[in-house]
Amino acid sequence: MSIGRMVVGSALPADAPAPATPRDIPHTGGPENPSAAAVRERFPDAVQRVEVIWGETTVYIDPPRVREVLEWLNGDESQRYDYLSDVTCVEYRDFGRPLQVVWHLRSFPYRRFLRVKVELAKDAELQVESVTDLWEGANWLEREAYDMFGVTFRGHPDPRRILMWETYNEGFPLRKDFPLRGRFSRSEQLRQALTAHPGASYLLEELSPASIYRDLPADMRERYIAQSSED
Amino acid sequence: MATRKRTIEVELSTTGLDSQGRPQRVPLMVDESGRPVDYEAPPVFEDELDGEPMLINVGPQHPATHGVLRLLLELEGEVVVRCVPHIGYLHCGFEKIGEYRQYNQIIPWTDREDYLNSIGNNVAFSLGAERLFGVGMTERCKVLRVIAMELSRIISHLVWLGTTCIDIGAFTPFLWCFQERENVYNLLERWVGARLTTTASRVGGMAADVPEGWVEQVAHFVKTLPRTINETDRMLTKNAIWVGRTAGVGALTAAEAISCGLSGPMLRASGVDYDVRKDFPYLEYETYDFEVPVGTQGDIYDRYLVRLEEIRQSIRILEQALARLPDGPVNVDDPRVILPPKSMATSEMESMIHHFKLVMEGPRPPIGEVYMPVESPKGEKGYYFVSDGTAKPVRWRIRPPAFVNLSAIPKMVEGHLLSDVIAINASIDIVMGEIDR
Repeated sequence: MSIGRMVVGSALPADAPAPATPRDIPHTGGPENPSAAAVRERFPDAVQRVEVIWGETTVYIDPPRVREVLEWLNGDESQRYDYLSDVTCVEYRDFGRPLQVVWHLRSFPYRRFLRVKVELAKDAELQVESVTDLWEGANWLEREAYDMFGVTFRGHPDPRRILMWETYNEGFPLRKDFPLRGRFSRSEQLRQALTAHPGASYLLEELSPASIYRDLPADMRERYIAQSSED
Repeated sequence: MATRKRTIEVELSTTGLDSQGRPQRVPLMVDESGRPVDYEAPPVFEDELDGEPMLINVGPQHPATHGVLRLLLELEGEVVVRCVPHIGYLHCGFEKIGEYRQYNQIIPWTDREDYLNSIGNNVAFSLGAERLFGVGMTERCKVLRVIAMELSRIISHLVWLGTTCIDIGAFTPFLWCFQERENVYNLLERWVGARLTTTASRVGGMAADVPEGWVEQVAHFVKTLPRTINETDRMLTKNAIWVGRTAGVGALTAAEAISCGLSGPMLRASGVDYDVRKDFPYLEYETYDFEVPVGTQGDIYDRYLVRLEEIRQSIRILEQALARLPDGPVNVDDPRVILPPKSMATSEMESMIHHFKLVMEGPRPPIGEVYMPVESPKGEKGYYFVSDGTAKPVRWRIRPPAFVNLSAIPKMVEGHLLSDVIAINASIDIVMGEIDR
């Protein structure tokens, strides 16, 4: 692997138009990202529908197949979506509507932007496959999506909460059934936090694997358990 | 961590020259006749000592972590073998609060998220919301927004430069940078009345037009800023200590940087010339003449060079924007999003009803969704809106560049010394308000 200048847009023909600020974008319709048609052709039974809203193409994929499609988009020479901008979820106020997991993909060589979505029914388990091995940047984004929405990413190497603390047990803050002010009163939240960490201490000398056990990733936990059983 | 070897010409501030004009070397050791001998390092015994790895906390209350970031480090001697970042100490639920606010009411929250780039966030939010509403903006507004975004890029990079100098041990550039930043804040204060939390833009326009004489003041600032930048450049770029602390430290290859989702100066320092302003333009950035600096090594030194050059390019953009600033209204003529003038609202029944409905119910976008990326000083900042046709978004998502950049820190620090952790962390340019939201 060499470090060299990588020119964005190298896969485009030389006479491709220079990128320009989009003007007068129609609400629906308009030109579709060519990748959407390619996905439909490659995975005819996995694509549920394709939408173009405000100039951005969204491909809805059958949840069990999404990992396969993302892997193809990332690796295929004709697509090369090598950059993952964002992973997040959307829950609508209408409780009956399924929860959506959204991937925002970017292809540097072809200068394209594609949104991939899956819809997860809320009465079933909220699970999709992790893409951390395709894009390392997905690691924290998936942890955040889990932390805020409770969607599990199967195969994630370090599936811990990220913004909330490890012992937080009030649920998933960005879900629509979670009240804006939290589930409990301030005093109850404080009481719970104190009882969760009865020996909470900020002295550095006391920072031992035992006292920070909850904050460690799974592999470090196992390593320290093995170490302490040797002693 | 494979890095290519390179030579950076280093100057010492006190060079003694011999009679031929060559720099004199100060011998470290001399033999009996006074001739310098090569210094031999004493034998190292420490390797034979066997110890347990040590766990230490850097932060959350540590001045060099730039906010409430906690890095749990596992050390083998002085070498970091494992780094586990802990974030979330500043989590305020901005995205949740946004779901309970009208679009214009969310703009104050964008100030408080990446607070070094508050006016840039305001503009980015408005751009996204305008695309969602399907409204345009006036020509004057477009240029004013470019000026706002570039001023805020300058602020952010100056703060980065100053605080990184402090972290690495140089104090003077910090004062120079913060003096210049003060000038920008004075300009912003004259424009919108606030310095840090500007809330300068609205859906469809800006909160106010610039006051009289403001453009000349910006022009004066643009003329005087390069002196400070050049001074800092002279102070640091060939400084032996600066180069020693930054060159070859925390390097990421281009492929690693892309895979980790890095953006902004972090990505460009690794050699990928991706800039949202060039590749997915907004505000007609394609009509401005500016370059995108790209590094070769992806280390802290390159990130420093890239950011320094970006300040110079921002100055270029500002010069062009000031030259082309047209006259005319700032707010778009669209009653769906823009309030009627106050004088009409107090004298005409229709305008009063219109004003009341817009304030109390809020403007309603059509059903749809928009992901609006802009090039913030930290990288690709995206605002993702999902609307169900009501006056409040169903989902307002901030794609935080610093969050994704920080997620690569274990990759960068593992194998480096503890003292390099501070320098690497500084080079990411994190703002915890944005990371925790």
